Amino acid sequence: MAGIKVFGHPASTATRRVLIALHEKELDFELVHIDLKDGEHKKEPFLSRNPFGKIPAFEDGGFKLFESRAITQYIAHEYADKGNQLLSPGSKNMAILAMGMEIEAHEFDSVASKLGWEQIFKNFFGLTTDQAVVKEEEVKLGKVLDNYEARLGESKYLACDHFTLVDLHHIPVIQYLLGTPTKKLFDERPHVSAWVADITSRPSSQKVLL
Amino acid sequence: MAMKVYGNGMSVCVARVLLCLHEKETEFELVPVDLFACHHKLPSFLSMNPFGQVPVLQDDDLTLFESRAITAYIAEKHKDKGTDLTRHADAKEAAIVKLWSEVESHHFNPAISAVIHQLIVVPLQGKTPDAAIVEENLEKLGKVLDVYEEKLGKTKYLAGDSYTLADLHHVPYTYYFMKTCHAGLVNDRPKVKAWWEDLCSRPAFLKVSPGLTVAPATN
Repeated sequence: MAGIKVFGHPASTATRRVLIALHEKELDFELVHIDLKDGEHKKEPFLSRNPFGKIPAFEDGGFKLFESRAITQYIAHEYADKGNQLLSPGSKNMAILAMGMEIEAHEFDSVASKLGWEQIFKNFFGLTTDQAVVKEEEVKLGKVLDNYEARLGESKYLACDHFTLVDLHHIPVIQYLLGTPTKKLFDERPHVSAWVADITSRPSSQKVLL
Repeated sequence: MAMKVYGNGMSVCVARVLLCLHEKETEFELVPVDLFACHHKLPSFLSMNPFGQVPVLQDDDLTLFESRAITAYIAEKHKDKGTDLTRHADAKEAAIVKLWSEVESHHFNPAISAVIHQLIVVPLQGKTPDAAIVEENLEKLGKVLDVYEEKLGKTKYLAGDSYTLADLHHVPYTYYFMKTCHAGLVNDRPKVKAWWEDLCSRPAFLKVSPGLTVAPATN
């Protein structure tokens, strides 16, 4: 059997999103390292895996996918009986999950990724952090986290009372932000802070850290 | 009791939900929300969606927001009637639909929404469109449409040979885009153009498009 392969980079947040899901499901896989510095993701053969030239790409015994959140959902459904439950049964519970995933993608990640880029990834490329952007984006993130604080006051995790894909999708970028001054935004909100401590201490979250 | 959708037919994100409801032949009630009077920022609305955005769906005791979560819920709840929008019967097929839905969400939407924001929303606020933002995003959108042109040469719709949510989610923004002077981005790509014309021929589209009444400022 060809098995599961992930084509990406161990430091990439989107790649880590998929790796954490695979660890939660206790699945064996191979991480095929794509050389971003060399532009491998913008050339063949990678472009045949993802014509948008972004990591990760994924393969499960010949079945190919890209887009990290489509991959994690495939893993969660296809391997529903293995490892930890990442979904919530019933159409209304799945709708709440879907809503939580959309909020992460459209409200949280758009802002949090900018903060990660400015404060961490720009340094890898020898560029300077733009503090004005950081300040602006922290205001936006604060508002999103206010909504999360209210939600986590009612529910242990974002979608329901157990850990699901909604929480998982947040982990990689939060892990990076905890190493920056933006950490204070999480610390200042008690329910958010407890949730962050919980999701980042899971064994699967720890496994993706270098 | 019929589902309630809070929002207005001219809103892109509301239209996404309305298209889905019509494809699923599901009854609903549209409850208008006066955005110009900022009713979406009132506590009564924020208690339904703390992010203060339309649409919101109410189905008995369930309140949902985020248009693509709403369409996923409607498609799943009514999976046995109307158009099969998710290919739910096969996990791999369903994953491909999700993949191209993610593509719309993360590649197509940011570029096209930035263009529409400049050409339609900004003038409504009494300001001048930023030409640099328009140009930058038209370039990004062009690259996305190049990928679509290639994909639609292999399959009739984005996720395969049948219409799914992956196609549906594109419709409202594309409809507004085609009213601008940049419609050539679609019309110059034969496969994308044919796909768009097909999407416009669907009965659900013909019911929703009259509500998409906003027009770009003359440009």
